[in-house]
Amino acid sequence: MSAARRIWGLMYRHLALYRRSWPRLLELAYWPTLQMLIWGFTSAYIASRMGLEGQLAAGILLGGVLLWEVALRSQMGVAISFLEEIWSRNLGHVFVSPLRPWELVAALLTISVIRMAIGVVPAVLLAWALYAFNLFALGPVLVLFAVNLIAMGWWIALGVVSLILRHGAGAEALAWSVLFGITPFAAVFYPVSVLPALLQPVALALPAAHVFEGMRAVLETGIVHWHHLAWATALNIGWTVAAALLFARQFRAARERGALLSIGE
Amino acid sequence: MTDAIRVTGLTKRYGITLAVDNIGFSARAGDTIGLLGGNGAGKTTTIGMLLGLLIPTAGSIHVLGHDMARDRFAALARMNFSSPYVALPARLSVAENLRVYGHLYGVRGLERRIDELAGELDLVALLDRPAGELSAGQKTRVALAKALINRPELLLLDEPTASLDPDTGDMVRGWLERYRAASGCTILLASHNMAEVERLCSDVLMMKQGRIVDRGSPGELLQRYGRDDLEEVFLDIARNRPRAEAAP
Repeated sequence: MSAARRIWGLMYRHLALYRRSWPRLLELAYWPTLQMLIWGFTSAYIASRMGLEGQLAAGILLGGVLLWEVALRSQMGVAISFLEEIWSRNLGHVFVSPLRPWELVAALLTISVIRMAIGVVPAVLLAWALYAFNLFALGPVLVLFAVNLIAMGWWIALGVVSLILRHGAGAEALAWSVLFGITPFAAVFYPVSVLPALLQPVALALPAAHVFEGMRAVLETGIVHWHHLAWATALNIGWTVAAALLFARQFRAARERGALLSIGE
Repeated sequence: MTDAIRVTGLTKRYGITLAVDNIGFSARAGDTIGLLGGNGAGKTTTIGMLLGLLIPTAGSIHVLGHDMARDRFAALARMNFSSPYVALPARLSVAENLRVYGHLYGVRGLERRIDELAGELDLVALLDRPAGELSAGQKTRVALAKALINRPELLLLDEPTASLDPDTGDMVRGWLERYRAASGCTILLASHNMAEVERLCSDVLMMKQGRIVDRGSPGELLQRYGRDDLEEVFLDIARNRPRAEAAP
């Protein structure tokens, strides 16, 4: 029996859920599209008032909105898929099957990529159609930016899942709110230098801040500043290891407390 | 013959509460063992440890020859579990639910197996219906199909006929009897239905306050306590009643 088949089994469970529930599918694209509309019109207004400088600012704003959605949807994709198991009171069955914890995580990560694509692609197309902003103009480096943001979404989600294992469904609000709370420090719409000196180390500890500094550099100068990507990647590796250790520890603690059967109560 | 279950010195402590207190038992392959006891006796905790959901404070569990502390996934692939308190995803159809678990358990010829179980458990007409829209009896049959999807050598059932009407309950019990006889599967059954335990179990473990306080076949227990049915035996143990005169 292969790990791939078990991972597919859990993925199939979520894909079947989306196939049967169009409101869920619609919800995936709803917020990214809404965000794009609000920020798109804001950007158009700024561009119309400020000329060339304004067009650059608008591009930076729209690039930030779209790429931040990549991180947001990746994080929510993992955490909400885990919560789906709790809401359906199915977690007990999953954990007494031969599915290993790492396979559970692998299935959740893969589902999150699918959810993210369904959510973000319409917003990207909308930005191109309505505001003539082509995210792909960033070039091949866009893939590296996206990979780093997906990775950041994943390790934050793993932290959220660990907290849900520790505190039960009471921690579920974090699945939606945690990344919004980080947004001010992630330098999505402005450079790290804008932040007060005290907060700058917080921002620089986040891979997203380096990704967005890199994105702005490409949009402003057309030059890829590789050190930003190197920092983002190194930070992601470090945070992922920390989140994986936290998950393993909380999973074991949940087995010691007997929380796996009663986690949704 | 290897025991299907071998439990030694099993203890589970939550802080100062001793949920399971140094119990030991074994079950031979093909037996149906009943786990009886009042609320808080330690039955669910024991089943949780047998399934690997709970880490024991002390003691060891071997299931189908595998040490659950070191090799639980090998055992989990050969066993299965059903409980009315653990649901299946309500929005997925019955067939989709069975497919999910068929993949998780690596079942070969999965669609054939689903058809087989649907036929045996009278689920054919329900396969495309969402699991959440089924009646309690239908849900129980679907849960049973899920528990049998991998042709388990060990089946753990937590109150398998709770909340079922007598007719459906009898159908499920009859089906379990036939399945055990045909497959040689070992069944561990936790139940509050004494008639069910008398009918299905070859051996009964009576639990109280985390301990196994008595053990024997239903007939042996009835004779030992001088009672006509297991319910009276259960009450004798639960209420510390003096035993009735043993039957001559």
